[in-house]
Amino acid sequence: MKKNLSYMDSVHRDGRIWNISVMIILFLFPISVGLIYHALPDWHGFLLGLIATAPMYWAVAVVETLTYVPMLGAGGSYLSFVTGNISNLKLPVALNALEQAEVKASSEEGEIVSTIAIAVSSIVTTLIIVLGVALITPLTPVLNAPVLAPAFAQMLPALFGGLGVVFISKNWKIAVAPVLLMLVLFIFVPALNAGTVGIMVPVGVLFTMGVSRLMYKRGLI
Amino acid sequence: MEFNVNSPVLFLIAGLIIAVVLAQSVWFLVKAWRRGIEIGMGRDKLRRIASTAAVFTVAPAVAIVISVITLAKDLGLPLPWLRLSVVGSLSYETIAATNAESAMGLTFGQVSALTATQYVTIASVMTLSIMVGIWLVPLIGKKLQNGMISLENRDKKWGNIFSASMFIGMISAFVGYVFCDFGTVFSGNTAGLVPPLVMAVSALVMCLAGLAVKKLRWRWIADYALPISLIAGMAGAIPITAWLG
Repeated sequence: MKKNLSYMDSVHRDGRIWNISVMIILFLFPISVGLIYHALPDWHGFLLGLIATAPMYWAVAVVETLTYVPMLGAGGSYLSFVTGNISNLKLPVALNALEQAEVKASSEEGEIVSTIAIAVSSIVTTLIIVLGVALITPLTPVLNAPVLAPAFAQMLPALFGGLGVVFISKNWKIAVAPVLLMLVLFIFVPALNAGTVGIMVPVGVLFTMGVSRLMYKRGLI
Repeated sequence: MEFNVNSPVLFLIAGLIIAVVLAQSVWFLVKAWRRGIEIGMGRDKLRRIASTAAVFTVAPAVAIVISVITLAKDLGLPLPWLRLSVVGSLSYETIAATNAESAMGLTFGQVSALTATQYVTIASVMTLSIMVGIWLVPLIGKKLQNGMISLENRDKKWGNIFSASMFIGMISAFVGYVFCDFGTVFSGNTAGLVPPLVMAVSALVMCLAGLAVKKLRWRWIADYALPISLIAGMAGAIPITAWLG
């Protein structure tokens, strides 16, 4: 007998099928290039490159999955982890849409809002990159113009200024301790920079949860 | 066949993979849209969510195109096009490409022509090193989601605080990152002030948008406040950088 799936169950079923399929398809790029040009990887270079790159990103991916999935919702998570650019694009898009619709990611409405925002963002990103690749010759001097360089270099501060003010003003009691902690850490620990901010996100999340739990237990929030 | 990093066949393979990923986005969009209509969310509300997301995406997507151009100097266009349309981000792809190239004795940014072997090696390292998220979400995503729902069912107030804490924790890390070069100000280098000032411009514009919604009842601004503050911050970065850094 055919089992009736709930909407959420069907999202998980579709997401699993899509993500595992995409994972296999992604491997087809290096494999098919190798087959077409009769080239095997340089195994020594491959191993050294992998050892230098993979351990850190595998660890980051595990932490990002645990941290971002509850914020992105189910459909949004399956899409975001395939289409990438999560912290600088997909997560802000989803947070803004949830805020705009005044729903939570874990509700069904929130699930729909987050999925639509992330799907539209992924489609628009893909189309703009296609356009950029097609028009690369005329676009390169424009996009690489020195006058525009500071604007693109400062995209994250410009993004988190607007987003921060919305969330921090609404939850200022929760925000004081983690914002102060992160300011002190990033200003006084030289190793913390653009490359390590991804690792600091779960640190910030866990710290905020701990502080919030203490405040909640003491009736402060 | 002689290998070339910009060979049409590489464009074809990359294009086909990107088309599959695009289809996934369309699939989930249609599915969520239909369900939204079914549960009475209303077409107008869904359209507003979609149009805000689309407008907001433009500036970051242009920044991604710049990343494609940066990586294309070494790797040709098809591989960066694929990597930045699927899974990746500039910081990751640059580090992965740099590590793979240096493992073969090459220097990132100074590669004139790659062999097929070098190209396959770099593409394999870039692909394999970032695969975890794609299979881990199908493995534990449902459990995480259900955990969140049961936590909220047990204690609704704590559930709300828990959700807010996750967002605040993430935002606080990025607020800290904005100040990571601030220490240089103490040694007389004002460039470290640029990111905090850009963030302040963006925050100010967001506050003004909030005021316009409350006092002038310009409700349409609420939908576009984040993209407006993003563009204002980025535009503000040009004179601020010229002034300080």
